[in-house]
Amino acid sequence: MLRFLLNDSIVNEPGVDADLTVLEYLRGPRNLCGTKEGCASGDCGACTAVVGWLESGQLRYKSINTCITLLGSLHGQQLITVEHLQDGETLHPAQEAMVNCHGSQCGFCTPGFVMSLFALTRNPPEPATDRKAHIERYLGGNLCRCTGYRPIIDAANQVLDTAAPTRDKFERNAQETINRLSEIEPASEGNGFYRPRNVDELCTLRARYPDAPILAGGTDLSLEMTQRLKRFDKVICIQQIADLTYLTSDKDHHYIGPCCTIADLVHGLQYLGRDLVNLLHRFGATQVRNQATVGGSIANASPIGDLAPVFISMGATVVLQSIDGKRSLPLEDFFVGYRQTQLLNNEIVREIIVPRSLPVAKSRSSPTSEGSEAGSPIADTLSVLKVYKVSKRIDDDISTICASFYLQRQGDRIETLRTGFGGMAAVPKRAHALEKLVCGKVIDNALIAKAGAVLAEDFQPISDARASAAYRLQLAENLFRRLCIETGPESIVSRVGEHV
Amino acid sequence: MSDQYTVQTQPNNVDAHDSAKAHVTGAAVYVDDDISFGSRKYVAIGGSQVAHGTLNSINLDRVRQASGVIDVITAKDIPGHTDIGPVFPGDPLLTDSQIEFFGQPLFAVLADSQFEARQAVTLADIDITEAPAVLDLQQAIDSQFYVRPPHTMKRGDSDLAFAAADQKTGESGAHSDASASDRSTVINGVVSVGGQEHFYLEGQVAMARVEEDGGFIVKTSNQHPSEAQKLVAEVMAVPVNKVVVETRRMGGGFGGKESQANACCCFAAIFAQRNKVAVVCRLSRRDDIILTGKRHNFINRYRVAFDDGGQIDAIHYELAAQCGSSPDLSDAIVDRAMFHSDNAYYLPNVTIDGLRCKTHTVSNTAFRGFGGPQGMMAMETVIDEIAFAVGKDPLDIRKLNFYNTDDRNITPYHQKIKTFNLPALVDKLEIDSDYRNRRIAIAEFNDANSIVKKGIALTPVKFGISFTATHLNQAGALLHLYTDGSLMLNHGGTEMGQGLFTKVSQIVSSVLGVNTAQIRITATRTDKVPNTSATAASSGTDLNGMAALQAALTLKSRLTDFIVTSQGCEATSIEYTEQGVAIGSKPHMTWAELATAAWQARVSLSANGFYSTPDIYYDRERAAGRPFLYYATGAAVSEVIIDTLTGESRVLRADIIHDVGHSINPAIDKGQIEGGYIQGMGWLTTEELKWDDSGRLLTDGPATYKIPAIADTPDEFNVALWSKDCIDESAVFGSKAVGEPPLMLAMSVWCAIRDAIGAAGDNKVFPALNAPATPEEILRCVTAVTKSSAKSAAQQ
Repeated sequence: MLRFLLNDSIVNEPGVDADLTVLEYLRGPRNLCGTKEGCASGDCGACTAVVGWLESGQLRYKSINTCITLLGSLHGQQLITVEHLQDGETLHPAQEAMVNCHGSQCGFCTPGFVMSLFALTRNPPEPATDRKAHIERYLGGNLCRCTGYRPIIDAANQVLDTAAPTRDKFERNAQETINRLSEIEPASEGNGFYRPRNVDELCTLRARYPDAPILAGGTDLSLEMTQRLKRFDKVICIQQIADLTYLTSDKDHHYIGPCCTIADLVHGLQYLGRDLVNLLHRFGATQVRNQATVGGSIANASPIGDLAPVFISMGATVVLQSIDGKRSLPLEDFFVGYRQTQLLNNEIVREIIVPRSLPVAKSRSSPTSEGSEAGSPIADTLSVLKVYKVSKRIDDDISTICASFYLQRQGDRIETLRTGFGGMAAVPKRAHALEKLVCGKVIDNALIAKAGAVLAEDFQPISDARASAAYRLQLAENLFRRLCIETGPESIVSRVGEHV
Repeated sequence: MSDQYTVQTQPNNVDAHDSAKAHVTGAAVYVDDDISFGSRKYVAIGGSQVAHGTLNSINLDRVRQASGVIDVITAKDIPGHTDIGPVFPGDPLLTDSQIEFFGQPLFAVLADSQFEARQAVTLADIDITEAPAVLDLQQAIDSQFYVRPPHTMKRGDSDLAFAAADQKTGESGAHSDASASDRSTVINGVVSVGGQEHFYLEGQVAMARVEEDGGFIVKTSNQHPSEAQKLVAEVMAVPVNKVVVETRRMGGGFGGKESQANACCCFAAIFAQRNKVAVVCRLSRRDDIILTGKRHNFINRYRVAFDDGGQIDAIHYELAAQCGSSPDLSDAIVDRAMFHSDNAYYLPNVTIDGLRCKTHTVSNTAFRGFGGPQGMMAMETVIDEIAFAVGKDPLDIRKLNFYNTDDRNITPYHQKIKTFNLPALVDKLEIDSDYRNRRIAIAEFNDANSIVKKGIALTPVKFGISFTATHLNQAGALLHLYTDGSLMLNHGGTEMGQGLFTKVSQIVSSVLGVNTAQIRITATRTDKVPNTSATAASSGTDLNGMAALQAALTLKSRLTDFIVTSQGCEATSIEYTEQGVAIGSKPHMTWAELATAAWQARVSLSANGFYSTPDIYYDRERAAGRPFLYYATGAAVSEVIIDTLTGESRVLRADIIHDVGHSINPAIDKGQIEGGYIQGMGWLTTEELKWDDSGRLLTDGPATYKIPAIADTPDEFNVALWSKDCIDESAVFGSKAVGEPPLMLAMSVWCAIRDAIGAAGDNKVFPALNAPATPEEILRCVTAVTKSSAKSAAQQ
């Protein structure tokens, strides 16, 4: 039976539909209408609430979009809504700062901002982190159409400047909250919402209910309900399976569990370089990164997801599992058509294995973009991962195209190049003709012009809401040009975010 | 002024928004949060899946049988009027014959939940004979396909001036010794300016219930409750007095809830009556974006003659707007574009043709600026192109062409410019923003950087304040004093986040000397203040603040008369304060004591206020008059950086000085300025509307339609209020309207992007940039200027 802490009350919900979203639940049966619906697609943040959960006995908090979170996934957790922030008559520092700084105009986005600010108090920037960037990341998934954000940025700064923004009732009640959450027993099934405890149970359920969707983060699955108006009477939730959330490495590979969130990846893959971290920071917004998983991003096979191009360029392998056992295949072969994969209807994505260096490499250095660039690239082989995302809006936008280049370069010569492109075809894929053309070649303008021509063999992109086909092709060529420039001997400013 | 209004203090507080605390705690109630009507049923609207055609038949059997469905209606079920066009007909609530745009409503469903209603809508079986659709503005221009006839404004003789200029050009070619000022250059150009989705965070929503006498109560997120009241009455075929419309607050409006909010009210009322239940009509975000109008996109053509110094002699504009399928408010919108195609500059000989083009797309509507921004974009493009032609800084060309109050002071619509503070304001901004030094630094940066380029621009805004339909410039207010001394304030203006309620309350508090906490601000209701105008045209505070001021003065004068009579004192000895009244040496009376005593003496403690803007008129036949009471002004400097490989851009810094006169609430005014600038920046950069070849909108949600996010706010964002030159044509307390004008400050972003693109082509070719300057548009333009620049270099 579904049991969780709604603000400070334990609630039992034996009868809710398996596909009910948290937002529908709050605004419907609970009549907690402070949480707003702005888009019902996880893009505006008006419905933001905060989830508290236990990790190694500690309470942790994260912001989520309630419009794309299923209620069943809250089992054993605490959901905090805007109505519960204040302490008696006293506003929470996050609320107080928004009032003081004139951070609300029409007020419709405000509860969402307040909850993101509350989450910020629980996840403050590390001393070494750029505070401005941290604030923008925490609030980047909350849209405001009135203020122009300046007063909200002020409010965020004010909250962080408060002597002890976390000295609030949540801290006061922390031990009690921990006790109450600890007392909630794991639940296996309720009204079509299945919570397998381990991979074996999962594979059995998967075989039994092949049409039931797998719920990992739910940031894409929920759109089936809210946007495409589908209903699911059965959902298999895998979030609680500890065996599926890990990120480990040995000397040759990274092993990524499918329930790793994008937020987990940011921490786990930092050493792969700034480009990848920047990309991960531009993957949706904080609320989405807190929920969306690696496995989900791969399994839903979106041609505009940003992980697949990176992993393809790195030569990743995907491991699939069913009651019949495991099998692995190169990730680039996993995608077979628009949103179609080799995943059988009794299989799950079990693991992503990413090589630590280029598969064909004789490279001596590990692929860190900064480290290698700082060396002397003329004499040594440069081995580097460069990832470029171009979108209409820089933050919280889907890629027009995403290009990932895993490059080995010696002086002016490209030794090897592996690529991964998103937004250029019905599936994320390599630019084989480009790779073939440039490997072993000296970089010059003629080569780059030729690269543009062969990219048109690799890709016949479509024109859509985000961009025209012609622009996409020109971008692909220009991003290859940028790769050549950025890995070359000269230090040239090549991105609008790095002008200073 | 203090004497005139007999106020205690000039209002000038940074009071927080009256609902700020309710906003941050989630206690502020929006229509869909309101459970006061009890259990509610939900509406969804079924629309056409083609852009143009004739409806042959519609089978709704499967819709009726769907889960949760209570009722289904088509056009024939509408009791009264079917057309809800605000000024001209053309907007059927539901159509039973001609289909004019993709998504046009054909039927509506009532169900137990919004989800079930939306699901049911997809089950209709609709047979339409498709007809060729006009989807493209240029096609409509070419075929003279209009929703309203073209209109022209004229002053001077531009034809004659162009003929003379052509001759001079010819002569100067023949006689190289002609003096510079004798020569004249003529340029023809075109700029395309995109539309804009409002993207208010709260979508369209209305809720209705039937009263015991067959009347209706409608709660709606709506900028124009009086019009909603009238339309619901017409649609339901009942007298207007049978309908009460209430709007407490909107989760954003921006013009998108001026005429577009009324359909939801009508649907809710129809279903409420048929089923005797409380009904909510709330559009999903996608339906909202598809079914409601947007800012008009324009194609602006210009022919301009100027001398070698860059001073304009003559202009001929053709401003063509895509109005969509119906007139809606487009006549006034295109007029306002024409009124603003001079922006801040004197045009000695000018002809402005305004075209209201029809397309088979959703009917475009009001959006902050109401056509003004699109008209100004033509003018600022012209200025940039002249500057490029004569090789000067665009700022110098702007200054050279400014109006003055002496001899260059007549607008294209023959209104005389009486005060004009932009030259002084721009001078100050130029210094405060360090414009000249930054331009030098940017040139150096661009020399040193081949991939990224920076640009900078300073653009002014002069925006006419008043509804150009003169009769709309009126407002009413209602003020009650209760016997405990508390006050209740109501007026015709609606609160959409702009802080109107706070400002009007401050005005009343200033007149009566009371604290704003003593005044309760209540929802806008058509049974309290009737026959109101839309809260639009930036006029909210000007009109309703004045009406409330009148109400407060009436109440105060009754109280003063009462005190004078009962206490036997001089009126001048009475002082109104937060605590009550002080009367010379007599004992102080609290507000409760005063109110009770006045009540016992049978003094009316309820006052109406009414205001109509004086001295404005406009003769549209002659295209001449004084349509505007005054002009709001401001200017901005924006600095941007672009990536010439991808077209990505960022605004690095913005400096703004904006004139709000004597600010009633500087914090709220600053909020409008910053918010307007960022909203304008979105319009001109990332916000792009795209349709497919069948007329279906592709950018139908926040995943594809990108309004600015928090990281788009410039790192350095300096906003100052202009503190000098209070205007003579004062609005309330010498304040100035601030709702729309700041949006146009963002033209500086677009011009700065053009400046950066120019640098990418070594400033050899004028970048013919269109709006919005998306990465794709910027890269297109960069490619164009670098190619022609390379070509011209090769030729040399």
